[in-house]
Amino acid sequence: MEISRRDLFKIGGKILVLASAGATLEQIMGAAPAPEAYRRADHWWGMIIDIDKCIGCGSCVRACSNENHVPSGYFRTWVERYQVEEGKQPIVDSPNGAMEGFPIHTREGIKSFFVPKLCNHCADSPCVQVCPVGATFVSPDGVVLVDTTYCLGCRYCIQACPYGCRYLHPEKHVVDKCSLCYHRITKGLTTACCENCPTGARQLVDFKNPNDPVHEFLRNNKVEVLKPYMATQAKVYYKNLDGAVR
Amino acid sequence: MVLLAGVGVFLVVRAAVIPKDFGKYGHYRPGALDMVGGLPISYAGHSQCALCHDAEAKMHDAGKHAGVACEACHGPQAKHVEAEGGNPPKLPDVANLCRRCHEKDAAKPKGFPQVDTVAHSQGMLCDTCHQPHSPHL
Repeated sequence: MEISRRDLFKIGGKILVLASAGATLEQIMGAAPAPEAYRRADHWWGMIIDIDKCIGCGSCVRACSNENHVPSGYFRTWVERYQVEEGKQPIVDSPNGAMEGFPIHTREGIKSFFVPKLCNHCADSPCVQVCPVGATFVSPDGVVLVDTTYCLGCRYCIQACPYGCRYLHPEKHVVDKCSLCYHRITKGLTTACCENCPTGARQLVDFKNPNDPVHEFLRNNKVEVLKPYMATQAKVYYKNLDGAVR
Repeated sequence: MVLLAGVGVFLVVRAAVIPKDFGKYGHYRPGALDMVGGLPISYAGHSQCALCHDAEAKMHDAGKHAGVACEACHGPQAKHVEAEGGNPPKLPDVANLCRRCHEKDAAKPKGFPQVDTVAHSQGMLCDTCHQPHSPHL
């Protein structure tokens, strides 16, 4: 059988097409690198809050509520407004947790600022210590979580939290609180509140990541945690926190 | 005898109800980590929006609202992304949306752009004059 030069090119072309299609299929089906699995031991989560950037818009409160299906009238995060007048007790308000911002204007001529609040994800957490059934715990990556299938709804943890960050879910009758959007951060996303903060006042940080900007932030700024005298090892750091903040 | 039987029943019931891996990481059920971590997300993230809404994303990223996530104004859109364009988002309530951030208030940082919205717009909606994706006149 004689093969012409033209036939040879045709066969060669077919082989080339089949080979390249096979290689592409292999890339799609098998040879693609697996997504990097989340390793809890490699992370230690916290948050930094720059009070000088907070505008009290309530975007974080609405985002948290939507993301975590927080019941109406309850809050996993909220924003407080401080109006501090010399020689007087500070006036603190948070209308509906600042869900709609602060419709009533702040008084002029006195010190005033906004303070976003949430669970401080304490490393040495009082709520974890008092839970009688192990329903509240610190995860290996430093997030204080609630096992809703174990929670009895006894409310010990609500009383123990020095920051008022917990509530009893009115329908589920178990304790609910900020989970630092554990379902997001373990997938490589940031928290809903940080994602939607328009000024970058809130930032999720990973203390175990040597490249995380938190290390430079802590080196270069004056930071404080809420109620440091409680020795809870809180992991939510505030920049330029005023002494009036409780 | 009764005491021993009681203790025996207690131990059997305890072994039956406590998960085998309880205490693996600490005094809690390790399965709770996957339970909480497996919840669905509502906010897809700015990068997901940019995959389809290229023109808006480019305008947004070049403007003064570059740091504002799409879903901060348009609400959670994970279902819209999952449905590949289905579940279309509602348009934002402009009358309240802009005011929440830009209403003049003494407690806001001094450098942040803010106006007395009533005096400034005299009842007109902000997007009559301002392009929200890149807010300039």
